[in-house]
Amino acid sequence: MTEEQRTPRILIGKPGLDGHDRGAKVVARALRDAGMEVIYTGLRQTPEMIVEAALQEDVDAIGLSILSGAHLPLTERVMALLRENDMADVPVFLGGIIPADDLPALEALGVTGVFGPGASTEEIVALVRGAVERG
Amino acid sequence: MDDLLLQVRQGRPRAIARLITLVENSETAAETAVTALYSATGQAHIIGITGPPGSGKSTLVNELAKEFRRQDRRVAIIAVDPSSPFTGGALLGDRVRMRDLAGDTGIFIRSMASRGSLGGLAEATAGAVKILDAAGFPVILVETVGAGQAEVDIANAAHTTLVIEAPGMGDDIQTFKAGILEIADILVVNKADRPGADRTIQALELMLHMGEGSATRHHGRLLSTPDNGPTADGAWQIPVQATTATQGKGIPELVVDIQRHYAYLQASGVWLEREKERSRRELERLLQARLLRQLQVTVAPDRREALVTAVAAREMDPYTAVTELFAHLSPSKQAGA
Repeated sequence: MTEEQRTPRILIGKPGLDGHDRGAKVVARALRDAGMEVIYTGLRQTPEMIVEAALQEDVDAIGLSILSGAHLPLTERVMALLRENDMADVPVFLGGIIPADDLPALEALGVTGVFGPGASTEEIVALVRGAVERG
Repeated sequence: MDDLLLQVRQGRPRAIARLITLVENSETAAETAVTALYSATGQAHIIGITGPPGSGKSTLVNELAKEFRRQDRRVAIIAVDPSSPFTGGALLGDRVRMRDLAGDTGIFIRSMASRGSLGGLAEATAGAVKILDAAGFPVILVETVGAGQAEVDIANAAHTTLVIEAPGMGDDIQTFKAGILEIADILVVNKADRPGADRTIQALELMLHMGEGSATRHHGRLLSTPDNGPTADGAWQIPVQATTATQGKGIPELVVDIQRHYAYLQASGVWLEREKERSRRELERLLQARLLRQLQVTVAPDRREALVTAVAAREMDPYTAVTELFAHLSPSKQAGA
């Protein structure tokens, strides 16, 4: 089947209970400006809500913004749900306040990339685009 | 593809989602999908929701879906947001207002970017509606991009069109203008708890009264008095329904209006008329697309480019150029080729 004009579709979600969505919005905006279609799901999503939305929207990548410190259990749950739904091939990115000590664990969970507060939007766009094109 | 189509017929969400993506991205996929699924479509009640940005369309869709679910009817939602004319990117944010619907397997929500279409929908919206129809959703809600005055494609895509207004969007002259208000089967004044709501309702009712007796025909129906329900002569009378979607107010009444309109469409034969009108437009659109493709195959790119250059340089007028291009498509020419 021909894919004449495949536009990347990216879901940006905020699992957990912290109410700070500025980072998520900045990233959503940057991906939009890079020509991608961003499905923005808003604050206080459960992993179940995020994976359900990712499935219905048939996204090419998922970006999770987590500043609550609960990134390990939340990410683990999202990854498990993706596997259950036969969506393990969808790359997952993480943004927020993530201690360096947790990076190996996140990598082991299958997370494609982690962006801290210092990451530039160019860097994020490039990594997401690369992951989507590989997929 | 056969496997995917089968799973769509079984209503499997993942398959539905994948097929919509294929149809969005490829005309060939759209043809394959629609050819295979078309006989299974025509069952759903397609309800369009349009109105200006910020009038509360997404919140209203959220509430409507909940009300239909209380009646145990499965609901599919297509929410269209604009693509950037510069980058092609889009921010699809309608799900933010639909979080109440999460976790319900009787609901399927798909966000869609308009991808350059100007009529308030995306090119692929019609295909996505057919997929959801064939997947067995009895109710399909289609939310347009924030629409101003001229984005009226939804009237051809939906059986029942809701036009949402909010208080304070302009004076009553706005209600006399041609365009979006003319396509309403049901007018909704949302945010009815805000100041000025009464005036907006009055202005809309006045607009409907002014049309009374003038027998303005639109898609074969009469735009007529605002009293609820079909008249003695069977014409649909457009209701004006006040809602406060954030509090769920007016929603059960609005669903009653929608179901009354469905009953009217069926009883009056207008349902078939609309299906026919929609089919006519769809055939015209497909024919245009195919003729254009045929032209691109038949006429060499440099010849086409030469004509464009000639028109730009005022050496040739556009009508003459099209006549020359069209000569390549005429049967006599093709037979001789």
